[in-house]
Formats: sequence, C-alpha cells, structure tokens
Amino acid sequence: MITEATKARFAREVAKYPADQKQSAVMACLSIVQQEQGYVSAESEAVIADYLGMAQIAVHEVTTFYNMYNQQPVGKYKLNVCTNLPCQLRDGQKALHHLEKKLGVSMGETTPDGLFTLQQCECLGACADAPVMLVNDRTMCSFMDNDKLDQLVDGLRAAEGQ
Amino acid sequence: MTTAARILSQFQATGVQTCFHDRHINPQIYVGLNGNNWSIKDYEARGGYQALRRILGKDGEEGLTQDQVIATVKESGLRGRGGAGFPTGLKWSFMPRSFPGQKYLVCNSDEGEPGTCKDRDILQFNPHIVIEGMIIAAYAMGISVGYNYIHGEIFQTYERFEAALEEARAAGYLGDNILGSSFSFQLHAAHGFGAYICGEETALLESLEGKKGQPRFKPPFPASFGLYGKPTTINNTETFAAVPWIIRNGGAAYLECGKPNNGGTKIFSVSGDVEKPGNYEVPLGTPFAKLLELAGGVRKGRQLKAVIPGGSSAPVLPASVIMECTMDYDSIAKAGSMLGSGAVIVMDDSRSMVESLLRLSYFYSHESCGQCTPCREGTGWMWRVIDRIQHGQGREGDLDLLNSVADNIQGRTICALGDAAAMPVRAMIKHFRPEFEALIRNKAPQAATSV
Repeated sequence: MITEATKARFAREVAKYPADQKQSAVMACLSIVQQEQGYVSAESEAVIADYLGMAQIAVHEVTTFYNMYNQQPVGKYKLNVCTNLPCQLRDGQKALHHLEKKLGVSMGETTPDGLFTLQQCECLGACADAPVMLVNDRTMCSFMDNDKLDQLVDGLRAAEGQ
Repeated sequence: MTTAARILSQFQATGVQTCFHDRHINPQIYVGLNGNNWSIKDYEARGGYQALRRILGKDGEEGLTQDQVIATVKESGLRGRGGAGFPTGLKWSFMPRSFPGQKYLVCNSDEGEPGTCKDRDILQFNPHIVIEGMIIAAYAMGISVGYNYIHGEIFQTYERFEAALEEARAAGYLGDNILGSSFSFQLHAAHGFGAYICGEETALLESLEGKKGQPRFKPPFPASFGLYGKPTTINNTETFAAVPWIIRNGGAAYLECGKPNNGGTKIFSVSGDVEKPGNYEVPLGTPFAKLLELAGGVRKGRQLKAVIPGGSSAPVLPASVIMECTMDYDSIAKAGSMLGSGAVIVMDDSRSMVESLLRLSYFYSHESCGQCTPCREGTGWMWRVIDRIQHGQGREGDLDLLNSVADNIQGRTICALGDAAAMPVRAMIKHFRPEFEALIRNKAPQAATSV
C-alpha cells in the first residue's frame, strides 16, 4: 500500500510532464518508493503502474534496466564504492577491499545484522573526489580513505546501537 | 537531521579541492564561487540574469531577436562540451523555429563518462548559470518547455538544482511571461538512476519518457523527432553554462579567449595520478603541460606514462604525445584522440596498461544496453580476452583478436557506446603493445605495482 504522503510526492513529479505523458515520472516514483521502503517490490511496481497508467511490466522494465534500483531488500545502509578507472587510480579498489574486511562480507553481500550492503559500482561522476562512495543512493561521500571509512561504519553502527 | 544523516554529512565534498581554488585561468563559469554563493541573489550580484534581461530588452536597450542570439552563439565558436564538440550555434539553427507544435529543450547533465565531474560542480555551486543559459536557448529557438536530466548518482546536486529552479520561478525568470515579456518557458529537473548509456542523447530521451534507456536509430535526429516525438534540442550542462557570458560579452570576445574554431574556456576534470585532482577551467588551447602543472603535476616521485584526454572513451595518448598537445578539440584530434568531455585521466609510470584497460573493458561490457549485437557480444568478449591476458592466460594472437573484435564493433552499432568501447582497446594496443605482448609471453603481470 502507499500513503497519501507518498502519493503527494508522486504528484509533484507527474506535474512536471504533459498530462498525457505521466509515464515520464516512473524513474522518480521508483526512487521515491526505494527511499521509503528500501527496495522496489513487485507490489510497489503495481502501485506505480496503476498510478501512472502504465503496464506493470513496463515499470518492471525500468526497474531492471537501471543499476541503482534495488530489486531485492538490502541492508539499512547500501554502500556503493566506485572502482572505475579514475577511482581505481586513487584507491577506489582499496576502499572496497577495506570495507569487505571491516564488514566481514564480500561485495554484493549484506552483513548478518542487516545493517550494511556493500556493492561495487560504476562511475559516480565525482572522480576528483576519489575514493568516493554513495550511501543509500542519495548521499555522496568523498575522499574516503581507510580512516574515514572506519569512522563512517563505526559511526553508523553506534547510531544504530550496535 | 537524524544521527545517521549527521554522520554522513561529515564526508560530503566541500568543493574546495575541486572547484574553489585559484588554479583556474580566466574562468567564466566557476568564477567567484565559494560554495555558499549558489543562490539567486549571489548569482545576480555576479552579473547573473543580465544576459537574459538584455535579450528580452529589459535592460533599457532594444533586445535581441532569435536570429541575433543564434548568430552570436555561432560567432563565439562554442562547441558542445558533452563530448562530440558539435558547434552549438549550428545545432540551434537546426531547430525548426516555425514548427507550430510543442518543442522541447533538454539539458544533458547525465555526467557518467568516467573521469568527468565538472557538471556536478557547476550544478552544485552555480546552478543559475545553467538555468539562465537554458532560458536564453529556449528563447532563441522558440521553445516553451525544458528538462534538465541529472545523473541519478548526484542526488544532492539534483535537489540543489530543484531549489534553484524554485528561486528562478519566484523571481520571474521562469514561467509565464518572463520579466513581463511575451516569452514563456517552463523548466523542470529529472534524474537518472544508474545507467551510463543515458548520457547518449536519444537514450536520455527514452529515459525521460519513462522507458529503459536504449538509444534510438538516427536519423531522424532529435531536432525533428525528439522528446515525445517532438523537435528537441539537447545540449550539455557546461554548454548552456557558457551562454550567458557569450551574450554579455559578445561572440567575438568568447572566441578570442580560446583559439580559432575552439572558442572560450573549458573545464577539465583532472583525475588519477596527479597531486591535486580537480576541475580546472582554462581557455581552450592551453598547453597540456600547463594544465598538468595546475593539477600539481604527476604524483610525487613518478613520471608521466599516459593520459586519456577526454573521458574513458577517448583513445589513450603516451606521455611524449600529450606533452606536445594543447587542450582543444583540434590539437587532441590531430594527436589521434579526442577532447570528449574534457576528462583528463592521468597515469604514471607505475601503472599497468593491461590492468587499466581491463577495468575499462569491464565497464563497457557492464553498461552496454544490449540492443546491438556487436556491442552486446563484443564488449564482453573483449573483457574476457583482456582478463585472461592480465591473469597470465593470454594466447598468441589475442591482440589480433582484440583488434578484430574492436573493428567489428566500431561503426556497426546504433550509438557511440560501441565506438567508445572499441577505441580504448585499439589505442592501448597501438601505443603499449610490448606491455601486452610481454604479459602474454611471460604469463605474469609486468608493471612495478598494481593499479
């Protein structure tokens, strides 16, 4: 189900486009749902399809095409570390390995406490800030040397009472 | 702010390293920025929205006709800053101005070409310069609706741009009857969500229509069949950001601060093995050696080995070649590469070209949209061959095989992603063949240190 507050956010996106082109808002609606629920479920896709007047499969086509939509539940904090060449030249790969050790998981996995999901990702468009990491799709963290990675993980663990 | 948000905020970029430094040369877009002066009042204090007032005749003068605006942009020599370097004024003149139906203006801020991070700083720290540039473009082409499609990975920047749009609407620069004129223009922000291909203009249009971002066959070009099938002009963020300066100072002045056929300043994103990675706005035609010096030089104790001068899709150039180049479209093209998006990826003498290419070939394979067979199959094939060379499993003939696969991709796909995947492979083998051969022969990585 979807709340009135969420529908209001949807409406704001739909209003950007011509009345007969509501489908254009699908990218934004999916990201709103993901922000609120952590991932895009089949049920959410159905709600969005209904709201925008699209076939559910057309919504699913979008979810599965774009890398940042989570098709399964992820940890409370999804950490995406860029390892593309410009970042790799400035320790992007090392940052990923450091987090693997720190969190005790391999890339693509979620910690047993459900707190962190660690992923490798492609260019975040912040190459001069390398190593860079995106947290939960919306917060870019820059110049993430090992000390800062430790601070971030320890800080979030403490905030969650772990 | 929640505790978690407070923790994360400690790691946010401030722009000090990449944008607010004194190592630009005669900047026009990044001039006077400090991170706290992005809002409309500050932009106006820097002369913002004066160009818009001028063309609309709201500065006490007569105003500019659509033809005059386009002529000024043509005279400036401004070329597209997104990668292709197409003359902006010419592109604007393709728009059928007399077309009676809806037309659209689109800004391509889907900045995902590895190495490129200039538009992020523009949108974050000077968003109104893009808005003003888009309004002027819309006026020149008689367009009433526009969208700025922003890389989904820079969500805070998307939110910043939306805040700037609200300011511009409240001030009467956007909306109906702008500044009391008969010209109306609505502008909105949209975002991607992790697909490199959407930086390709027709894939971007598909995405903006709420579909998966697979490029369209051209022709028809967006100028005749674009967003929702309507005439559409698409320019890069930095291209729009250059427009207000051109209108305020004239096309000739803009051309003069670059070099012939290469007008204006260009923002170069310098990444990799330099002391001070960051964005550097310098006149086109600035020697590469000067740009490297601005970026603090090659990392201490190391020598320059190679540079990818225009984003990861551009062919690599060895140190001896790039050190003789000036940073402009023509010089880099003559050297056998391309200026592209202006992303300068610097590699020092500790770097393995095989390992570097391995990471890039993985990227293209990962991001191929799957629509065209040569790209879908070829990018993965090239990655697997490079992977086996890197891991000591290379075979005689692998380099010929790589060149053959690259040949069969390049020019045989709907969009340029295929070319972008093929060109780095060919250039790496062309310039650093012995490094690949040694790895195939000796079955072990050769470089002093791993990438």
